[in-house]
Amino acid sequence: MKADPRGVLTGVHFMDGDHACCEGALAAGSRFAAGYPITPSTEVVERFASRVPTVGGTFIQMEDELAASITLQGAVWAGAKAFTVTSGPGFSLMMEHIGYAAMTETPCVFVDVQRGGPSTGLPTLPAQADMMQARWGSHGDYEIIALCPNSPQECFNLTIKAFNLAEEFRVPVMFMMDECVGHMTEKVVIPPADQIEVVPRRHTHKPVDEYLPYETNGDLVPEMAHAGEGYNFHITGLTHDERGYPNMTPQIQDKLVRRLQNKILQAADRIAMFEEEQLEGADVVVVSYGITSRVAQRAIEAARGRGLRVGKLRLITAWPFPDKKIRELAAKVKAFVVPELNLGQMVREVERAAAGQAKTFAVPHAGGGVHNPEDILKVIVEAGRCQTA
Amino acid sequence: MPDSLINDPVNPAVNPVEPFLRSDRMPSIWCPGCGIGTTVNSFARALIDSKIDLQSLALVSGIGCTGRVAGYVKLDSFHTTHGRAIPFATGLKLANPKLNVIVYSGDGDLSAIGGNHLIHAARRNIDLKVICVNNLIYAMTGGQTAPTTPEHSTTSTNPYGVFEPAFNLPHLVEAAGAVYVARWTTFHVRQLTRSIGEAFQKKGFSFIEVISPCPTLYQRRNKMGDGLDAMKFYKEKSKVRNGAPTSEVGLTMTGEIVVGKFVDRERPDYQTLMRAQYAESLGERFVEQAEMVCS
Amino acid sequence: MQLTEIRIAGFGGQGVILSAIVLGKAASIYQGAYATMTQNFGPEARGGACSAQLVVSDSPVLYPYVIQPDILVVMSQEAYVRFGSELKDGGIMIVEQDLVRVSDLNKEIQVYSVPATRIAEDLGKRMVLNSVMVGFFTAVTHLLDPDAVRKAVADSVPPTFRELNLKAFERGLEYGTIALSASPSLAEEELQAQYSRE
Repeated sequence: MKADPRGVLTGVHFMDGDHACCEGALAAGSRFAAGYPITPSTEVVERFASRVPTVGGTFIQMEDELAASITLQGAVWAGAKAFTVTSGPGFSLMMEHIGYAAMTETPCVFVDVQRGGPSTGLPTLPAQADMMQARWGSHGDYEIIALCPNSPQECFNLTIKAFNLAEEFRVPVMFMMDECVGHMTEKVVIPPADQIEVVPRRHTHKPVDEYLPYETNGDLVPEMAHAGEGYNFHITGLTHDERGYPNMTPQIQDKLVRRLQNKILQAADRIAMFEEEQLEGADVVVVSYGITSRVAQRAIEAARGRGLRVGKLRLITAWPFPDKKIRELAAKVKAFVVPELNLGQMVREVERAAAGQAKTFAVPHAGGGVHNPEDILKVIVEAGRCQTA
Repeated sequence: MPDSLINDPVNPAVNPVEPFLRSDRMPSIWCPGCGIGTTVNSFARALIDSKIDLQSLALVSGIGCTGRVAGYVKLDSFHTTHGRAIPFATGLKLANPKLNVIVYSGDGDLSAIGGNHLIHAARRNIDLKVICVNNLIYAMTGGQTAPTTPEHSTTSTNPYGVFEPAFNLPHLVEAAGAVYVARWTTFHVRQLTRSIGEAFQKKGFSFIEVISPCPTLYQRRNKMGDGLDAMKFYKEKSKVRNGAPTSEVGLTMTGEIVVGKFVDRERPDYQTLMRAQYAESLGERFVEQAEMVCS
Repeated sequence: MQLTEIRIAGFGGQGVILSAIVLGKAASIYQGAYATMTQNFGPEARGGACSAQLVVSDSPVLYPYVIQPDILVVMSQEAYVRFGSELKDGGIMIVEQDLVRVSDLNKEIQVYSVPATRIAEDLGKRMVLNSVMVGFFTAVTHLLDPDAVRKAVADSVPPTFRELNLKAFERGLEYGTIALSASPSLAEEELQAQYSRE
């Protein structure tokens, strides 16, 4: 289905990543956001607050992030496409409701404009240190999807993608921006609405007496009904059966939690998005995401200038982690180099997926700025010298 | 449902509130003598009396014994996270203003972990009907101190007696901005039914506190007997004082229980104010929210 | 257009950020090149100092930050003190001549001075000094096509102030063209001129 033109600001803009993310949400059909101010993410909801009454919708500033992250889910069950926006400290508070969204299969988007941590950390400066929190932050076993834009244009494009994936899989999608990308201003092209593909809600067509809220047929994703439609359904964060009723036996737990995982894992290849460059014949592959992918590109080009065979793999989807892609590459290359604005998060995943077939080199950075490309270059050179594992 | 069935005195075998319940989930988890089922009865009767469109209702609960109400009513019902029933309900109401949204939860859920949401929803005057079943204790987790537990009573986390002052919930929510505030006990089933019906007529944040026995934990630990003893206690100690200043209705362990309708006032609700503000500031640029069903 | 790093710095209210937006738009939207603009946020960005960074290039801009600017625009003494030394050898410095005193320069740089605030005041609104600056920048740097910048000015300001800003842009452009036709003053010469005035 095509985007509703009322929300699409078609044209060529010079816009920062935060604002582009807001425009992406509006283009995707979101007409509801609940938020709580936090640097460096606030511009997203500020723009939404200004824009949404002119396209028919609601923004509410809640009393805290706990509230914001569940208010949006109430809106989803009333029929809205909804999201919230935050940064590290607020993201920590939202963990409970990421779990609730995963358990109740509430399609929604959490935008995290990452800044330096832990705790209050560096409110105005970048980091990419919430990547593991995005995946594992709420308790229990569950899967989410996480996307990492590296430009304002991608903040627009991928926010639409985030909403689409949320609807397709009925899962909370983490939109993992960083302060650099959020506060960077570049040209953003917003196409006409009829060129924007939007995934509608998986709304049930079943009559009231045949509908079971968590019944699935083959593709593991159940159909939704909304409050006020007469379905009299029940939703709970407790372990539940197909009727949505609490049923706390090991058998039901196993069936439910495995389905919640498998609906994402079985589609991992379809969800995975990368940007690849010169992977064929590469000795070293630099794996990066978000702002660091742009910084790393300088180092990659400098290394190629020195005659090294360096490939690039940019993760656009961070979660589910593209195990298969890394595994395939690991069989062909000597080493992976993983620069990121944290002291070692996604590098662990690369190392795990490589399973000893290729060496993995981290290029850690505690955040507060971006890497000096020289530091990445040094590790690429070192990795190029290593013997094949 | 035919009225004859609802008020059939010769056929007491038919529970008139049964059509409002998920009979496939009975029996409930509630203990013998627990008051929560009584409040649900009053709630169901209020639905019958008010002739409200059942399809327009959504009921939201948090966590705890009262939190399980959402699982037993045959309505669109949401059992959310601990303390967050009110913000979830806020999202439902704002995204679909046609819904009649009820928050049905316990004292600990609403006033401790959810206390911040309670006062802010009252301040904003979100159009929600909040039914707060106050059993004076954390019951689901085994009898710990709640913000409502009266001083000098004993709990599992204050084994030597509670020494911290308790919240006076009607006073709190009135100060925060609620338009309708009432308190009853589970002894006052008719009055409670009437109050719930009145709240349905109000537009704005309505709060009904229901003092309800927990024989298993609060009553037993404080040597206050069983469910029947609680009814006798409520009957003896309750004083109906409609319009009483909420500052004077705080509860003590053995003292008077002031009940009645304390607050009934008019204030424009959140969505009315929001629309008025947008219309004034944006003029023709303001676009009313369409139905958000994105199917 | 080679990759060019630009820093614009001054104090709040001078339109520092807007200047960078206008130049970035001109490059990326009206001239088919690429531009990335970043700015300093946080407590240090409130009130006093204000700075924007712009990287423009014919090819996509990867590294988004300015490491060593090719062009530095300074509109306050504080900005001059803070950023003056980072300018690349052989770079261009553009100064608001009534607000910045250039001194201590030991690099081979070209300094262009413009009384942007005074020109803006002559036009009736001090607010448009950033458009004067942008016009002057366009003339002395030859980095961007004046037509592209003109369009960017027009669509970056509120409609009610469009005419005035365009006028300010033309005045700045004109001032720059004249300044350029006179021999460009090297830093030393500028310094001497400064001292001789005292």
